[in-house]
Amino acid sequence: MPISDFQVVIGLEVHAQLLTASKIFCGCSTAFGGAPNAHTCPVCLGLPGALPALNRSVVEMAVRTGLALGCEIRPKSVFARKNYFYPDLPKGYQISQYELPICEGGEVTFTLDGRDHTARLVRIHMEEDAGKNVHDVSADGSSGVDLNRAGVPLVEIVSRPDLRSAEEAVEYLKALRAILMALGVNDGNMQEGSLRCDANVSVMRKGASELGTRCEIKNMNSFRFLKQAIEFEARRQVELIEAGEPVVQETRLFDPDRGETRSMRSKEEAHDYRYFPEPDLPPVIVEAALVERLRAALPELPRAKAERYQRSLGLSAQDAGNLVADAAVSAWFDAALAAYGAGPEAAKKVANWVIGELARLANETGEAPATWKLTPARLAAVLRLIDAGTIGGPGAKQVVEEVFRTGAEPDAVVKAKGLAQVSDEGAIEAAVDKVLAANPGEVEKYRGGRKNLVGFFVGQVMKEMRGKGNPAVVNALLRRKLGD
Amino acid sequence: MALSLEEVRRIAELARLRLSEEEERTFAGQLSAILDHVRQLEELDVTAVEPMTHALAAGELPALREDAVRASLPPEEATAAAPAREGTAFKVPRIIE
Amino acid sequence: MSTPAKELCRLGLREAGAGVAAKAISSSELVEASLARIQATDGKLGAFLAVSADRARAAAKAADARAARGERRSELDGVPVAVKDIFVTKGVPTTAGSRILEGYLPPYDATVVERLEAAGAVIVGKLNMDEFAMGSSNENSAYRPCHNPWDLSRTPGGSSGGSAASVAAGQVHASLGTDTGGSIREPAAFCGVVGVKPTYGRVSRYGVVAFASSLDQVGPLAREVGDAALVLRTIAGHDPRDMTSSTRPVDDYLGPLEEGARGLRVGVPREWLSGGLDAGVEAAIRAALDTYRRLGATLVDVSLPHSKYGIGAYYLIAPAEASSNLARYDGVRFGLRAEGAKGLKEMYAESRERGLGAEPKRRIMLGTYALSSGYYDAYYLRAQKVRTLIRRDFDEAFRSCDVIAGPVTPSVAFRLGERTGDPLQMYLADIFTITCNLAALPGLSVPCGLEAGSGLPVGLQLVGRPFDEATLFRAARALERELGPLPAPPEP
Repeated sequence: MPISDFQVVIGLEVHAQLLTASKIFCGCSTAFGGAPNAHTCPVCLGLPGALPALNRSVVEMAVRTGLALGCEIRPKSVFARKNYFYPDLPKGYQISQYELPICEGGEVTFTLDGRDHTARLVRIHMEEDAGKNVHDVSADGSSGVDLNRAGVPLVEIVSRPDLRSAEEAVEYLKALRAILMALGVNDGNMQEGSLRCDANVSVMRKGASELGTRCEIKNMNSFRFLKQAIEFEARRQVELIEAGEPVVQETRLFDPDRGETRSMRSKEEAHDYRYFPEPDLPPVIVEAALVERLRAALPELPRAKAERYQRSLGLSAQDAGNLVADAAVSAWFDAALAAYGAGPEAAKKVANWVIGELARLANETGEAPATWKLTPARLAAVLRLIDAGTIGGPGAKQVVEEVFRTGAEPDAVVKAKGLAQVSDEGAIEAAVDKVLAANPGEVEKYRGGRKNLVGFFVGQVMKEMRGKGNPAVVNALLRRKLGD
Repeated sequence: MALSLEEVRRIAELARLRLSEEEERTFAGQLSAILDHVRQLEELDVTAVEPMTHALAAGELPALREDAVRASLPPEEATAAAPAREGTAFKVPRIIE
Repeated sequence: MSTPAKELCRLGLREAGAGVAAKAISSSELVEASLARIQATDGKLGAFLAVSADRARAAAKAADARAARGERRSELDGVPVAVKDIFVTKGVPTTAGSRILEGYLPPYDATVVERLEAAGAVIVGKLNMDEFAMGSSNENSAYRPCHNPWDLSRTPGGSSGGSAASVAAGQVHASLGTDTGGSIREPAAFCGVVGVKPTYGRVSRYGVVAFASSLDQVGPLAREVGDAALVLRTIAGHDPRDMTSSTRPVDDYLGPLEEGARGLRVGVPREWLSGGLDAGVEAAIRAALDTYRRLGATLVDVSLPHSKYGIGAYYLIAPAEASSNLARYDGVRFGLRAEGAKGLKEMYAESRERGLGAEPKRRIMLGTYALSSGYYDAYYLRAQKVRTLIRRDFDEAFRSCDVIAGPVTPSVAFRLGERTGDPLQMYLADIFTITCNLAALPGLSVPCGLEAGSGLPVGLQLVGRPFDEATLFRAARALERELGPLPAPPEP
């Protein structure tokens, strides 16, 4: 039976680090990096006698996340201890939420192949991150433990098994990521692990009503790996079933080098987490007034923004979707458009630059839009230079790249690099004459009907003018001289 | 109720306690006696009773901590009491994942 | 100064503090007297696990300098006290009575230690205790036994055994203990001193090595009710580092202290005096109740029908929380690590095997079992529901009385070694103190005389409404004033 006879069923558990200044239960910084254990104190080290003190911003960010995803906000939620031993877990338990999470229900809508899909959520809860185990810290093969991450605040967003393909899972995660970033509660950085995803994957024969045995896949720190991991895992499970072997419920680690999932040895032992309500933390009370205040202050969310871009700016669904995937990018787009002009034509121009050249440059440097040296006002200035015919397409690209890297003013770059277009007919005519004189054979062929040779002539003229000839004028002059 | 030796071993494993055989036997007996005593709680009908999981005064809103960074311990101090260190990391036997 | 050291040591806390303020005695003299007395008596008594003489002398000098300038931080400025070794003290060994913390130097101070020192009190050392506060006799200390100053062959009680013994023997003027199921009140009763377990949330637990988080509470021990009230007033109040500490203001305990018992409605739970008590203890309790009547109080018959379930509920909840609280003793960041363990799991198991004593192991086992998959509802959850029933009993009783009175313990101090073989029997002796912790209410033990025959102290327990420690102090003081002070115990 081929794989196409099976249906893959996926639920995602997404851990998002909240963008607070301090940790969830102590005043230590959440900053990434630093010497091992440089961001620790008695609380996050789990020293005898230390007690947790809940960060107000964590509660508010969790509530805002819940509101943006249409969840019910529990007026009274409870932290619980999840007990297990591991070196990166200093207290021997993780403070999480279990029976009474802060948010329940809700959904994430995403678009795939032009069609809207919705995955329902089970819950969102608050918890603390664990520390980091560092392997092979010394010659004897010992491991090291760095607790800088221990106590960094997370929300875990758990979906129902509503996703039916790796592509759906990817689009779900993209949509969720965009929302979290628009809310300003998460930076969306999967590489550094501030947005992490585990997938519960099972397969069942098409038409069957009962879900198959699921495996939990960990360690997918990019959209590409998520897709690869799910596809591999689904294939693995189908092959097992085809071979008459059972799928064993287990935790599996994705190995990005091999594109495979494998059983995790450290998780082999059956877990019994012995959850119980955390006695050191009173129940979290979220009053209706707080919920309403936070609801009123929610920003425009990505789907609404994308719709607005299409409706009032006339952008294509794809362009709009691209822009809103990163709230920082769409905010930059809004500012650049405001600095440049209004209406669909201006919007299309700005969008093309943002989605094309700027995305490429930002990808190279890894800089966030807010820190780009190419400010919205500078892009607007570049566009105005194009409109005025001062620079052409290739010149504009050079200007943008230079401004992006150095922060110089666009007109200064045009001057310094001599990128201004030559529109002066005399100068262009001289170049055209020179090219035609140097290529009598091609001129003959052209006049004999090989009209596509015009491209060759344009290229030669531009070369002669070191790329600065105004293409429209060059074209017009060439055609005139060639007798068209 | 009698706790079997096997159960005692399972619990010890969960709690990361190594027990001698003698301890296993002693605990099996003692824990069984305590659990027998505890069984008297079963006399009570508690279906409609809320658990008292937190001992706080009713109606008091706990004060949350404002999100402000406070100085951490210097890493040397944070790890000063560790039985083994590598730099300022806690050193442990090799972890296999 | 002509007052002999021994007499200085018998001064009450407020008396000593007033002497320093009046420059009649110096803090240094008090501290030297305290250190000398510890030196002379502690070999037999075993109340201390660590004495920090240098730190204490420096603090005393600072207090004397303040007195010379006419400054006074509080009524206990310059007075030597000691704290149970369960409170973490920056740079001073803190063991919680366990081998697993041998030599551990914490990088911070417990809130109550900070508050005592901010008030000028001089902490001379750390007091002996049952390992991780698990015990009722101090026999579970991993380091040394502690003895009852009234009879060295007997237990001082536990788990705050050192806290009670040192105050009773005049080594310090007051001490701090912790009480999870009776660990302040029982040793206070056995040693003939005043011991207070405040309302849950009244005192910060930050920096208190945790045993059972929803039950643990810090409290004072002293030879006089007013002294205990002063110490509680000093350490009580909200601490942002402990979210379970209450934000409500701390009452004035000393103002109404001398108001007497007239008009007080004293509830006497019928379940507490209906058998199970040693005759000598019962006689002393009944005599104390008569005294209250004589002083103008009304005795009210009340019922706490769920009292008998207290032990069962407690010995599920406390071990469950303890099993989790003690998971951090894993040999990674502090404390004992078994050397040479091959793998991670072996390191955990060997470190805990070697570092933890039988009682913590027993309770970890019990608590792990009670929380484990399939048993949670039947054990832990049910116990927490029973806790609600126990609290309701008290709420109901307090509709007709202002304070509840009864025994602290079924017997006077028992002999060392007498009960170590049978943990359940040891646990059952907590019957009168445990419900107060489960219900999160304040409780106090005040001496009410010596048992006829043995000549050993008997404690009367008073339990109050939530946060009504003031009434407890007032009621206890009325009895204390009427009965007069206990004689000093014999010289060790």
